[in-house]
Amino acid sequence: MEVSTPSGVGEPDARAGPGAAEGPRLRVRARAPGEPRRVAYLYLAPALVFYLIFAFGPLLYTTWLSLFRWDGLTVGTWVGLDNYSQVLSDPSIRGSFVHSLVLIVFFSLIPCALGLLLASVIAHSRVRGAGFFRAVLFMPQTIATVVVAIAWTWIYAQQGPINEALRAVGLGGIARSWLGDFDFALPALGLVGTWVMFGVCMVLFIAGIQKIPLSLYEAARVDGAGRVRELLAVTLPSLRGELAVALTITTIFALRTFDLIYVTTSGGPGSATTVPAVLVYQNAFSNGRVGLAAAVAVVLTVVIFAVVFLITRIVDRDPTR
Amino acid sequence: MTNRREQLISYAVLGVFAIIAIYPILTIVLLAFHRRSDLVTGFSIPDAPTFDTFRMAWEEGGFNHGLVNSFIVAASVSLLTAVLATLAGYAFGTMRFRGSSALFYMLLIGLIFPYEATVIPLYYVFKDVGLTDSLWALILPQIGLSIPFGTFWMRAFFRSTPGALVEAARLDGASSLSTLVRVLLPQAWPALTTLVVLVFMWTWNEFLLALVMIQSDSLRTAPLGLALFAGANRSSDPTLIAAAAVLVALPIVIVYVFLQRSFIRGMFAGAVKE
Repeated sequence: MEVSTPSGVGEPDARAGPGAAEGPRLRVRARAPGEPRRVAYLYLAPALVFYLIFAFGPLLYTTWLSLFRWDGLTVGTWVGLDNYSQVLSDPSIRGSFVHSLVLIVFFSLIPCALGLLLASVIAHSRVRGAGFFRAVLFMPQTIATVVVAIAWTWIYAQQGPINEALRAVGLGGIARSWLGDFDFALPALGLVGTWVMFGVCMVLFIAGIQKIPLSLYEAARVDGAGRVRELLAVTLPSLRGELAVALTITTIFALRTFDLIYVTTSGGPGSATTVPAVLVYQNAFSNGRVGLAAAVAVVLTVVIFAVVFLITRIVDRDPTR
Repeated sequence: MTNRREQLISYAVLGVFAIIAIYPILTIVLLAFHRRSDLVTGFSIPDAPTFDTFRMAWEEGGFNHGLVNSFIVAASVSLLTAVLATLAGYAFGTMRFRGSSALFYMLLIGLIFPYEATVIPLYYVFKDVGLTDSLWALILPQIGLSIPFGTFWMRAFFRSTPGALVEAARLDGASSLSTLVRVLLPQAWPALTTLVVLVFMWTWNEFLLALVMIQSDSLRTAPLGLALFAGANRSSDPTLIAAAAVLVALPIVIVYVFLQRSFIRGMFAGAVKE
């Protein structure tokens, strides 16, 4: 999304492009040069064909399927919006969307808050080995979610490191199989998301803070601003763009979560950790309720679009524009 | 503003969180080097590191197939995406044509929507045409899904190249294709590397599509094999599962160690691709 990309962070020309190697960008063009060229369609065609057949088309087809009752084998029956009213009324489906909201807190809000706080502590102090720290903090992003799920299954296991540590300090009483616990399973999975995402947020915000002119902070000091006011009045407004990117990445990840849940708990115990993507999978491929699965997928898509729209409208709004 | 105390605090904060980031990974790596008979609990460093677990996971888990399949899929998807996205990005970045912004916005939608929403019809249509349970069922859709990010990325690259270069080439009578190949592509390698590396990683780590499409043991991708292997051995042997997990993650981690700048740069541009 172009709108959520802060200048300098998302433009490859800032670092990857030849402009970076040769010095400042020569000029920024609002539109491409030259007269209209029909040959452009030829260059676009192959990419568009793949995109339409294998991504955009299926999205529309899913919407169409959501209007049927279909078991995936026999002929489906048209049911109009029935599947949608079931999505809205069925407590277990509604519950899965509520779980998504909980996950947004853990995957998105906590990492962003944490990242912001830590970045402001580090602020402008010069740290050696910044590249090393950045690489390490970013590492969880590169590990396959299935592998992450397996690592954390072990960490949360009955004999895993967390319980052993608890027993070692005499708190064996609260040791438990965390992912098998009705109350703790969802927050426990949430913390996995926090772990995957906090590094990204930190790296983004530290990079952002270092671009804020020191004079702004000095001016704030002169005005007698304390640390907190400094954060609210200088740091936060300057990090709008980065914040929008971080919130967008993390929220979409939270809403789409499938691999993590499927591999660790499959939505259990009971339906304590069921999320929409798991319902889509179960209904479409094991329960033979394809239409309902499609409806859940469509609602999930709409929710994601709405959230991204809100984030770009609220956070990425440039007050000077 | 930069005094000694602030600097120390910075190191402490970075250090603590770097440890948090690395700890779960380290735990699983250490676990993999244990024997089952060590009866590991918690976080422990093996007395006599063993590679037996890796050998067993390799043979029993069928990861030799899994890694090869994942490589075939990820390499085809990332290379083909790079080619298609370069062509499309070239058009969006350097040419004017009717409908360009409408087409571009249609592609941008692809950055956001969850592909959970595409997998249902993909499965049923592929089943009808006999494509399920083949690597094509993984390659073709993932090219389609990678096109939006790829095009977005390459368009930004072509916009950043000096327009004078393109205009000069045109005045010299170069065709649009030779302008692309002779003038622009030689500068595109950093941008293309980032694109290929990221798409390769996303494709390598993909799980849902493989879970839905693949039935044969011999066609499993590495993450799918790992999930099924872990499911089958859940209560029995954590060291074996850990070894398998390390095998699946290792290729990407190695690439990451060498090309981490590319990874990080691209991830932020791909903001919403996650």
